[in-house]
Amino acid sequence: MAKTFITRPGTDFQSILLNLQAYWAKQGAVILQPYDMEVGAGTFHPATTLRALGPDHHWRAAYVQPSRRPTDGRFGENPNRLQHFYQFQTIFKPSPPDSQALYLGSLGAIGLDPDAHDIRFVEDDWESPTLGAWGLGWEVWCDGMEVSQFTYFQQVGGLECDPVPLELTYGLERLAMFIQGVDNVYDLDWDGVPADQGGKCYHDIFHRAEVEFSSWNFNHADTDMLLQHFRDAEDECGRLLALARPLALPAYDQCMKASHLFNLLDARGVISVTERAAYIGRVRTLARRCCEAWIGAAATAAEGEGAAHG
Amino acid sequence: MADLLIELICEEIPARMQMRAAQDLEKLVSGALNDAGLPHGSARHFVAPRHLAVYIDDVADRQEDVSEERRGPRADAPEQAIAGFLKSTGLARDALLEQDTPKGRFLFARIERKGSATTALLPDMITRILSDFPWPKSQRWGATRFRWVRPLHRVNVLFDGAALPGELDMGGGALAFSATSCGHYFEHGDDISLAGVASADDYVGRLRDGYVMVDRAERRAAIVDGASALVDGQGAKLRVNEGLIDEITGLVEWPHALFGRIEDGFMSLPDEVLEASIRVHQKYLTTEDEDGRLTPGFVVVSNRLADAARDDVILAGNQRVLRARLADAEFFWQEDRQAPLAEALPRLADIVFYEGLGSVHDKAARLAQLAAHIAPAIAGCDGAAAGEAARLAKADLVSGMVGEFPELQGIMGGYYAEAGGAPAAVASAIRDHYRPQGPADGLPATPEGLAVSLADKIDSLVGFFGVGAKPTGSKDPFALRRAALGVIRIILESQTRLPLRPVLAASAAAYGFAAVDDDLLAFIRERLRVSLRDRDAGSGSSIAHDVVAAALGDGMAEGSDDILFLAERADALAAFLGSDDGAGLVAGWRRAASILEAEEGKAKQSFAPATDPALFALPAETGLYEHLDSLSFSAKVLSRDELLSGMQALGTLRGPIDVFFDSVVVNDDDDKVRLNRLGLLAMVRDAMTRVADFTKLEG
Repeated sequence: MAKTFITRPGTDFQSILLNLQAYWAKQGAVILQPYDMEVGAGTFHPATTLRALGPDHHWRAAYVQPSRRPTDGRFGENPNRLQHFYQFQTIFKPSPPDSQALYLGSLGAIGLDPDAHDIRFVEDDWESPTLGAWGLGWEVWCDGMEVSQFTYFQQVGGLECDPVPLELTYGLERLAMFIQGVDNVYDLDWDGVPADQGGKCYHDIFHRAEVEFSSWNFNHADTDMLLQHFRDAEDECGRLLALARPLALPAYDQCMKASHLFNLLDARGVISVTERAAYIGRVRTLARRCCEAWIGAAATAAEGEGAAHG
Repeated sequence: MADLLIELICEEIPARMQMRAAQDLEKLVSGALNDAGLPHGSARHFVAPRHLAVYIDDVADRQEDVSEERRGPRADAPEQAIAGFLKSTGLARDALLEQDTPKGRFLFARIERKGSATTALLPDMITRILSDFPWPKSQRWGATRFRWVRPLHRVNVLFDGAALPGELDMGGGALAFSATSCGHYFEHGDDISLAGVASADDYVGRLRDGYVMVDRAERRAAIVDGASALVDGQGAKLRVNEGLIDEITGLVEWPHALFGRIEDGFMSLPDEVLEASIRVHQKYLTTEDEDGRLTPGFVVVSNRLADAARDDVILAGNQRVLRARLADAEFFWQEDRQAPLAEALPRLADIVFYEGLGSVHDKAARLAQLAAHIAPAIAGCDGAAAGEAARLAKADLVSGMVGEFPELQGIMGGYYAEAGGAPAAVASAIRDHYRPQGPADGLPATPEGLAVSLADKIDSLVGFFGVGAKPTGSKDPFALRRAALGVIRIILESQTRLPLRPVLAASAAAYGFAAVDDDLLAFIRERLRVSLRDRDAGSGSSIAHDVVAAALGDGMAEGSDDILFLAERADALAAFLGSDDGAGLVAGWRRAASILEAEEGKAKQSFAPATDPALFALPAETGLYEHLDSLSFSAKVLSRDELLSGMQALGTLRGPIDVFFDSVVVNDDDDKVRLNRLGLLAMVRDAMTRVADFTKLEG
């Protein structure tokens, strides 16, 4: 399936991504790159999970995060579902008074002029059982299509967020499909370049990966190895947290690992419903302890700095 | 007197919370005014996604002045006592009066309290109401501690048309009261001044000018009218769903209905699948033809003013989203029917029904046994078909469609069974076995459906009670009250005679439990009691609580597990007590019962229902005895016929009992005669108790 479709300028996939970055940079966000580990959603990036907590009262960041959901793989055959996709994530702490206006501005920046559409904020309370996190907010609808998740975090790692961060999550593929007006994710124009000049569509870049990873996720991943990796990550996380000076960030890496390994095991169908709750509980415990260590470490570091400067 | 307007502007309030919030606001403000001694006229509440307001007419300008005279200690009381009184009244010694009373000379304080101006009282009152507002769920935002349903941006307060100064403490910041509202987010960027607002209608009008219909009823009517007008033009009619219309009303400030089309190719999907995609997930109104069949049109209610070019974009976007949803559904519909339903059964072993109660696969096996056990009790029920339906009833839980649309469980199983060539009786029983899902839902349509539904509910009740997961107070996470009520409704509405003890025992045995939990039958009987007492006119008139108690009788007695019999007894008893004979008999029963109770109390023993005719001294004794003897009572009253004949027999007792009490003194000086008469009364009690527990009747 070769590239047959070129969208209007500025609305190809990579332009949408670049425009979102440019917009949020202008709003004072630190533009980060994706975290270099497999995660299920942009929320897992320590720039969100950990920075949502702690004494750092002002934190603004935006980044794209490749997200892996092994159970959503469809061997490249479903026009809407992928086991690997991109989320664009914004975290503003404290949530600004004009949060909604800022968000609507970002839609305008990527070719979705709010005045030309019907945009709605529809109740949707967000919860991540693995991160022990929840918040209130909406899913944002544009002409009946969910284009973003808009959340005022209340808790992360079971700890209260104070001040309260605003988290915005854009599902980039879905958003781009809407903007480009295509019905199949694989038809998305990635770069705005015609095929005869080497331009690529989503199919060109990701289809083979969807087929191969679906096959690995569902059929070939070695479950004994995954189980062992899960235990290893859990143990390592615990060990780092038990140090006299706990290493919150490396420990949290292991927590992310454990979470993704659980998702892989889930896709392989080796986790029963009862076990499922128990595994989620184990990851949540790691996340909570990492968050606690992060706050403790942050407090200690601040004290240390104070001493150094004083 | 002056009017009061309080308006709160916040980010989008969840649709389901809006109506209640507006009612709460009105109730709280009006209550606070009353508590402060500020009379007022009528109130109206308003709510739109970002606006919440109350308008109260004719609020008093100030509290009444209060003058109070308080008596203190005696004039010659110790200094300490007087000092205490001065402190409590805030007066100086020379401001006190001395007066003679019949008890001596006392000090009096005259305290004058000037009423406060309403404008001075309002800021505190409003702040308190907002700080304790009963949102079902609330949040913090930014760096403040204050909680509201979503970030709160303005508190507008106008008294007599003028802005009222004040501020809301947000915990780490303050929000000053203002008098400036806002219009539609996208259609009216300018603020709306509320200064000089003169009436509720004036307020509504100002917001309407900013494209916000703040009157919920007006907005709802606009949605229904707009949608109906569009659909009428298409030769179809709106499929009215009140809950959905309510929800849409909470999602728009300015409704504008657009008519969209469903591609014909999707119309071969089952009606329920189309509904789930269109209504539940996209919140569109669906349309139907004269025969109630879904037609390929839908209405999306946008939140924008009409604009032909934009309307096209909005409609195209919505149709595209719907197409993707329906394509998903179509995919599942094709995919799920590739293999027979039975092939899905092994996968049910992976789904835990509940900790300690096995997998859903285990449940399906139990249901097949239990449905076969129940089938013979249900008129016209094919036991084999019921068993087969029970075995397959849960198989659709692992289908793609139910994974996507959980609300279609059962319904999809019915379709898939049909597609696999199962007999209609099996498919229909699978489809219906979750019914009735609530008071408004009907029963399964077939005898086999009734059997599987009963088996499913009884299995859940026995299982959850068996592992101690019983409902407590308002907590009923496994909807066991609804399950019990479902059992009761099925038995009563289908007139099924199904004594529950053996069925519960069979269910417990299928789990491998040693016995049925002791509380379960009492729990089901309690649901029966409540439903007989509260039932509405549609299913028979409600029955007074004491009559229900008399009919239900002792929970341990034979027949106490026969729901149909107990309900029949309640009906028959209510009818009997409504008759002259019944009312008279109860009067006689009371006299007999109270004499027996008193004498048995003294004697510390109960009297056997036996008497010796040889000891009768008066014709009234003989009359009552012979009448009792002539009545043909079954030893146990356990059927409807026995019940009716028993009631009829009791009715004839009234005369002899009345004659007996008119002419006989029970407590004769001769102890033998006395005890003999008490034995006769015990016979009356015994006869009556067989029919119902008359001790439960109240005066």
